[in-house]
Amino acid sequence: MEALLEILEELHPEIDFLTHEKLIDDKILDSFDIITLITEISEEYDVRIPVDEIAPQNFNSAQALYALIQRLLD
Amino acid sequence: MDRQTNVLEYLDRIVEECPDKACYANESEIMTFRQVYQEARAIGTFLAEQDLYQKPIVVFMKKHPRTIVAFLGTVYSGNYYVPIDEEIPTYRIEMIFQTLQSEAVICDQSTIDSLSALGYQGRIFIYDQMVKTKPQPDRLRQIRDRAIDTDPIYIVFTSGSTGVPKGVVACHRSVIDYIESFSEVMKFSRDTIFGIQVPLYVDACLKEIFPTLKYGATAIIIPKELFMFPLKLVEFLNQHRINTICWVVPALTLISGLGVFEKVVPQYLHTIAAGSEVFPMKQFMLWQKTLPDARFINLYGPTEATGMSCWYEADRLFEIDDVLPIGRPFRNTQIMLLDDQDRPAKPGEPGEICIRGTSLTMGYYKDFDKTNECFVQNPLNTGYPELIYRTGDIGRYNEKGELLFVSRKDYQIKHMGHRIELGEIEMVVNKMTGILQCCAIFDDQRKKIILYYVGTPDRAQVVQYCKQKLPRYMIPNLVEALDVMPLTNNGKINRLLLKEKYLNRKRS
Repeated sequence: MEALLEILEELHPEIDFLTHEKLIDDKILDSFDIITLITEISEEYDVRIPVDEIAPQNFNSAQALYALIQRLLD
Repeated sequence: MDRQTNVLEYLDRIVEECPDKACYANESEIMTFRQVYQEARAIGTFLAEQDLYQKPIVVFMKKHPRTIVAFLGTVYSGNYYVPIDEEIPTYRIEMIFQTLQSEAVICDQSTIDSLSALGYQGRIFIYDQMVKTKPQPDRLRQIRDRAIDTDPIYIVFTSGSTGVPKGVVACHRSVIDYIESFSEVMKFSRDTIFGIQVPLYVDACLKEIFPTLKYGATAIIIPKELFMFPLKLVEFLNQHRINTICWVVPALTLISGLGVFEKVVPQYLHTIAAGSEVFPMKQFMLWQKTLPDARFINLYGPTEATGMSCWYEADRLFEIDDVLPIGRPFRNTQIMLLDDQDRPAKPGEPGEICIRGTSLTMGYYKDFDKTNECFVQNPLNTGYPELIYRTGDIGRYNEKGELLFVSRKDYQIKHMGHRIELGEIEMVVNKMTGILQCCAIFDDQRKKIILYYVGTPDRAQVVQYCKQKLPRYMIPNLVEALDVMPLTNNGKINRLLLKEKYLNRKRS
């Protein structure tokens, strides 16, 4: 989780990713960020996010994103 | 056939032929050619009644079919449009207003509040009210009769290295020249259904706006949010039977790079044009493999030459180490490669790409110095005045005689489909209180802007500041504080060293 938070924080240092749960709905993340996230996550965790998992519900919070990574790692 | 001297002739002609066909649309609304024609002429009449003539009119509306109609309406009135958008930060819009001294702005309900917050003093017109005007054919006829093809149509603003955006002024003649030559290569027709990806505040959208009118095609604006979720994006293309796209490269690689093709394939796409930056070969090969029957056209060109100047149709299969050529110029445009002595580059040798032809725009609005720097006398012509545009891009020909893009001469980069002067980022950051020095570099491989700075603000503050002052695509992807800025022997910031530092920093 820490590595993920670090990646997110690099994108938006002003956001508290531990508590924020509407990253997509509140338009915090945009398409630039999504692409960066996908690339960085695949490098950091060595997982490939399948395209059908690139959906709003998986990117709305750091928790959701981390859950997705865990799911993919299993 | 009469010689065309005004872009509006496309619309005047097509509305007779297919008035009820869909012209411009988005996910929920469709405007027919008749509606576009009537509303544009209402807008034109309205502006004429305000005694505005040959003036820059700012169009500040959300990305919507009506925004395009506002552009056309402005041209009907004999004025020229200046598109801006809420994606452009306030700070930059203020500079644009300062340059323009515009007397009038067309806005919609979604932008009116942002406009009032800008402290703009001139007149404000709301689209929905303007279209209630009854079109006056006589008045519009008079305006048309006085118009000539070197009158401007629009001004679009692009990044300037001094921190002040430059307004490129284009006229009917260069736009017609471009649209005719471009359409010929692209083979558009009445069956063409465009999916618009590019913002309406850049010249890139000419590729859809005017061919739609020329051929009676249809152009659908794709919702911005879909470019976050590529699977939905391709589903949208299929749902709307989009068959032609002219997109920036990052929008195309978003689809290929994230594995969309394993789940869904664009069913109707047969013509794909990519512009703005170098197409990564691996991604290009994925597209070619997925849509073997589609035509792929690689485009190259600066805003200063009205959009695109060169094209290459991928007529062969490529290897991973190949570079997609930018090919050759459009008809009625010529490319010259000049070496650093202003002589023609030797065959196969690199040279600065310089453009000759009708497609050259008029220059930068209220900036004669900058204009004279870039639009210069053709050094190979000592006989009479003749302008060329110096792009600052380096190109060379391959053994097949195809033009290749090599690099930039200066610190201009292409990022997320936009043209950016790294100097503009530095200028803006340098204005922040507590910043002593800064330097922006670009990681070409990973497509990242990295900002190094020396000063008291912390990283979060610097990022926050950038978000307020810079357009989204110019915000550094990575911000790093330094204790001292590395300098070269002659006291300039050592960019090479910073680049090395950055490369070494990356997790191995």
